[in-house]
Amino acid sequence: MNFEYQVTGDDYALVGRASSDIKKKLKQLGIPMGTIKRTAISMYEAEINMVIHAQGGSIHVDLEDEQIRIVLKDTGPGIPDLDLAMEEGYTTASEAARELGFGAGMGLMNIQRNSDSLHIDSIMGVGTTVTILLKIGD
Amino acid sequence: MEDDYFHSVTLDASLCKGCTVCIKGCPTEAIRVQKGRAWIIPERCIDCGECIRTCPSGAKKAISDPLSLLVHFDYTVAIPAPTLYGQFRSTISCNRILTALKTLGFDDVYEVAAAAEILSQETRDYLGRDQGKGALISSSCPVVVRLVETRFPSLLDQLIPMISPMELSARIVREREKDRPGSVGVFFISPCAAKVTDVKNPRGISLSSVDGVIGIKDIYKELSLAVAQVEVEENLNIASALGISWARTDGEGSAVYSENHISVDGIDHVIDVLENLENGHIRDVDFVEMMSCPGGCVGGPLAVENPYVARNIVCTRERRHQEGNCTVPAELPHLPEGIDLFWTEALESRATHLLDHDYKTAMKMMEEMEVIRGSLPGLDCGACGAPSCLALAEDIVRGKTTEIDCVFKLREKIRDLTREMIALDSHMPPGLDR
Repeated sequence: MNFEYQVTGDDYALVGRASSDIKKKLKQLGIPMGTIKRTAISMYEAEINMVIHAQGGSIHVDLEDEQIRIVLKDTGPGIPDLDLAMEEGYTTASEAARELGFGAGMGLMNIQRNSDSLHIDSIMGVGTTVTILLKIGD
Repeated sequence: MEDDYFHSVTLDASLCKGCTVCIKGCPTEAIRVQKGRAWIIPERCIDCGECIRTCPSGAKKAISDPLSLLVHFDYTVAIPAPTLYGQFRSTISCNRILTALKTLGFDDVYEVAAAAEILSQETRDYLGRDQGKGALISSSCPVVVRLVETRFPSLLDQLIPMISPMELSARIVREREKDRPGSVGVFFISPCAAKVTDVKNPRGISLSSVDGVIGIKDIYKELSLAVAQVEVEENLNIASALGISWARTDGEGSAVYSENHISVDGIDHVIDVLENLENGHIRDVDFVEMMSCPGGCVGGPLAVENPYVARNIVCTRERRHQEGNCTVPAELPHLPEGIDLFWTEALESRATHLLDHDYKTAMKMMEEMEVIRGSLPGLDCGACGAPSCLALAEDIVRGKTTEIDCVFKLREKIRDLTREMIALDSHMPPGLDR
């Protein structure tokens, strides 16, 4: 089954709503704790990225039999250099975002570390689609 | 375990009006209104006392043990929570309060604040040994422990596996009195409803050393009178500002003296921080003090004084203990040998919101739930007795109730029926239909 969320850009107060909702559902479904934690971290990081860099977008979550697929789509500026963006500590986040504790340049790395697959499609000026896969099971 | 589903927080059905105020604020969605009254779902309740705070009819109560329990023991010791000191004006000394407490029928008293000092030190040592688990969460609030079990099981390994100051106090008393002939009864004087539950059905340990939990509000009148009548104050106060501060928010956090700690109070804030911890968003913090009640233990449902006033009194006492002749002790209260401070039983996830143990069945139920939710008005009005439309959808899928509990759905049904009746009314039997 799948779930759809709309994320508003630059609204730091609401960051994490979609992740919290998915977490609640995973708990109701009896998904193992480790998978829930990995999903929470991955989805939350990706959700923050969308808010900071891309004025929001949509999140599509597919709960399949053996894996969780999270697809985050935005129509933001795009990522100019993916390899650089994946590096630890690299950030283009605004001062305002960093003051709030976001944008430490750990986001993508964290997602990679916690998920089973991370795929990023980005076209400059068009937008970015981030696909995260997580196997169900600890 | 004495009774898996025992709870201190209960409903007085004679006072319940069947309004839906309590169902909204319950952090574990543990209350439903059915047949004109509220029902607490026992496996979901974590004894936080939010419903006691919000019920406009005073129908929610916290049950604690009566003083009359003392007669069953040959020797009795009261172990008062530090919060007790916040219930009396700061000009009344701690020794006076403790002396008065003894006159209610106890042979001795031992302050939980003293045990809290030992635990402050031990927690500091524990934090010093890097656990590599990220921020560690205090387990001194029994509501927080139960909240993690039910709603945040992925954080169970971040709970510090240490017994509470109440439990340690009782163990110290037992060790001290181990050679005393006859039975020894240890009674916690409590601001906290969840402690009543925690003693009957503890977490992390198999059996509590506490024999009874007496609510401060239940002995307050008697104790106030006794305080006024004390002639000679006994020297019973051994705890310093460090232990007394545990009564209020950030007392424990500061006592543990971790440089990077946060102190959180109030159940909503606690939930918010637990969500953030689970999301990995809280970094650079190594200790999280969490108190379910606003203001900390001074805000407990069994306390009497207004939590903010009580907090002020506690702070005044801390200052006085630091300045006056009762300075911070050079050494902490003595921890007798042979007392184990750590949990002996692993905590397990209590997934009380699990739809079904079989993933596929659970998934089917969730799909059904979403369809039902889509057909509900989405106002979360609570008139159906469930806290939200989604919760009603969940109850329907679980087979506990039906769609027409929703007043809007009921109206729809009546409208459809009315239409059908009008249609039927305009239909004449063929013999009359000219």
